[in-house]
Amino acid sequence: MLKHFIGLQWKSFFRSATFKTEIWFKILMALGALYFVVVFLGMGVGAFFLIKEMEIGDPLRVVNQFMIYYLAFDLVFRYMLQKMPVTNIKPLLYLPINKSKVVNFSLGKTVISFFNLAHAFFFIPFSIVLLVEGYPPLQVVGWHLALMAIIYCNNFINVMVNNQNVVFYVIAALFIVAGASQYYQWFDITIYTGPIFDFFYDIPWTAIIPWLILVGLYYGAFAYFKKHMYLDGGLAKKQTEAKTENLEWLDRFGNLGTFLKNDIKLIKRNKRSRSAVIAGAFFIFYGLLFFTGALEVYDGPFWKIFAGIFVTGGFLFSFGQYVPSWDSSYYPLMMSQNIKYREYLSSKWYLVIIATIISTILATFYIYFGWEAYAAVLVGAIYNIGINSYLVLWGGAYVKTPIDLTSNKKAFGDKQAFNAKTLLLTLPKLVLPIGIYAIGHFLINPMAGYIFVAVFGLLGFVFKNKVFTMIEGIYKKEKYKTLLAYKQK
Amino acid sequence: MITVHNLTKTYGENTVLNIDHLEIPKGQSFGLVGNNGAGKTTLFSLLLDLIQPSSGHIINKDVQVDQSEDWKPFTSAFIDETFLIGYLTPEEYFYFIGELRGRNKADVDALLSNFEDFFHDEILGQKKYLRDLSKGNQKKVGIVASFIGNPEVVILDEPFANLDPTTQIRLKGIIKDLAAKEGVTVLVSSHDLIHVTEVCERIVVLNKGEIVKDIHTSAETMKELEAFFAG
Repeated sequence: MLKHFIGLQWKSFFRSATFKTEIWFKILMALGALYFVVVFLGMGVGAFFLIKEMEIGDPLRVVNQFMIYYLAFDLVFRYMLQKMPVTNIKPLLYLPINKSKVVNFSLGKTVISFFNLAHAFFFIPFSIVLLVEGYPPLQVVGWHLALMAIIYCNNFINVMVNNQNVVFYVIAALFIVAGASQYYQWFDITIYTGPIFDFFYDIPWTAIIPWLILVGLYYGAFAYFKKHMYLDGGLAKKQTEAKTENLEWLDRFGNLGTFLKNDIKLIKRNKRSRSAVIAGAFFIFYGLLFFTGALEVYDGPFWKIFAGIFVTGGFLFSFGQYVPSWDSSYYPLMMSQNIKYREYLSSKWYLVIIATIISTILATFYIYFGWEAYAAVLVGAIYNIGINSYLVLWGGAYVKTPIDLTSNKKAFGDKQAFNAKTLLLTLPKLVLPIGIYAIGHFLINPMAGYIFVAVFGLLGFVFKNKVFTMIEGIYKKEKYKTLLAYKQK
Repeated sequence: MITVHNLTKTYGENTVLNIDHLEIPKGQSFGLVGNNGAGKTTLFSLLLDLIQPSSGHIINKDVQVDQSEDWKPFTSAFIDETFLIGYLTPEEYFYFIGELRGRNKADVDALLSNFEDFFHDEILGQKKYLRDLSKGNQKKVGIVASFIGNPEVVILDEPFANLDPTTQIRLKGIIKDLAAKEGVTVLVSSHDLIHVTEVCERIVVLNKGEIVKDIHTSAETMKELEAFFAG
């Protein structure tokens, strides 16, 4: 039976549409994975010596002290990204297979998930370093086993709380408060949690406790799943109560308003687009890395422009980049309805512009870091509106990845979104403004650099009609290919 | 109303549609039948310019559909669930289509009131998004939406599939009325021979991409079709 399950899993992995990508992208992905492995390994090996050098105490105790945050982050990451094992259970329900077996397999599958294995790259080298450094083996092994069990506890906690947004937000909020109060030295949660982890080291046999908890959680998850393995139970799609919204204030914009209304509903009501917008909002704070001098590598003058583009362009990059894929699930409707391509594209364009302006207003706080910082933000906004807004629409014509609005599954690292053409189009989005700035900066002064970039952005604005005609042509040319690509979910 | 000229569609070596000539006059209720893979959906997709013909073309009221978009204002269709916007409520969807076709809310409401029977209290005011409706109810929404804005050509792919018997009977009445009273050209495809013979004045049988029968519906049509499909 297990053989069958594993066979199914194997096929579903290797035959998935996304797996069949260009070979060079697979190589890139492998390199990316390797990078993370190396980073984790480096952390595992290096953490010990790093902490020792900082002289803030015994490295193991320090790690134990902050372990609670490590575990909290792990839980948050899992909640957001780890897939639930319920997929593909449906077709197995009516087959002559024991339900327990199906559940055991589904849960077992989560054990070898990347989210669990990744930790090994930190804990194993860290433990080895401890042993080499002469820590007593029995105690280290006890500690190691205990933490392994706790990581797996996280795994099953996540399985159980999945889709319970309330639980998640409460826990997340608690940890944010804890983190903040530690930072401001009001209350230090690690004083109470650190000793727990120390305990596993000091008295190694207590490692059995987390293992017992793990077993308990496994059975909890098992019972929960088995009980809910019905189409109208745990396997049912969650339905939210719908409310009809008219958004009549947008009617004054005519046809454009019609699309804007739709786009607003699109963003509000779908998980995937919501995440994109939230991710975009975080970009506003990206500039802090540059302007506070938090990272030395970002101190060069060009980086300011780079920051300006990102601060105001969060929405442009996270949402705009996937126009028209947001409409992929009903693209045939859009193509056969009484819609002019230009109207459709302008509505997306306006959406991007409005969002950019809002980000610019929100980013006013950069004035705090001096006029130059805010000038960079403003200039970045002008460039985003004038040039980048076209470029994302243009690039979108080649992005033929259908988007499943209801799931966050592929929100990160959508493979097909990176093809040679879109990659090439990112150059003018980021490199060109830096280049223009550099010319002004070196030939005259920083002020001239900003003015050059702004003028360039304004020029783009002037040629709007011309550019739109061109983009419209590209979309029309790509229409049939796009329709075909969206069909292949 | 619609003229098809030397239309072919090939994928690689495989010709999935090959129609020399086909003329559909205005106000005709036109039925398309054929087994799986006969080319019904391909023909409809070509009519809507969703795929490109390999050769030949289609003229929809003087507009060549793969050259100009001017056929869009008077043509509407419901092919499958990709014609629905999952995250809208049915009402929002109807208004959206209405706005695209130059109809305001009141116009749409007036039209919808004619379909109260058809909806059977399962569509309007349900507090559900389209994606959460059952397949049959989704279909009802899509079909009714295709009537918004007085289109002159309505294209429905398999409209009877997934509908409950009561709705099937009502839909037959609606389609007949559209063609007979309002002069709308209705194109319907179906696997169900009984439904098409009842609704359509003309039935064309496709087989492996070619027209093998073109029948003006009469009392004998059903027998003729059955004889054909029984092989």
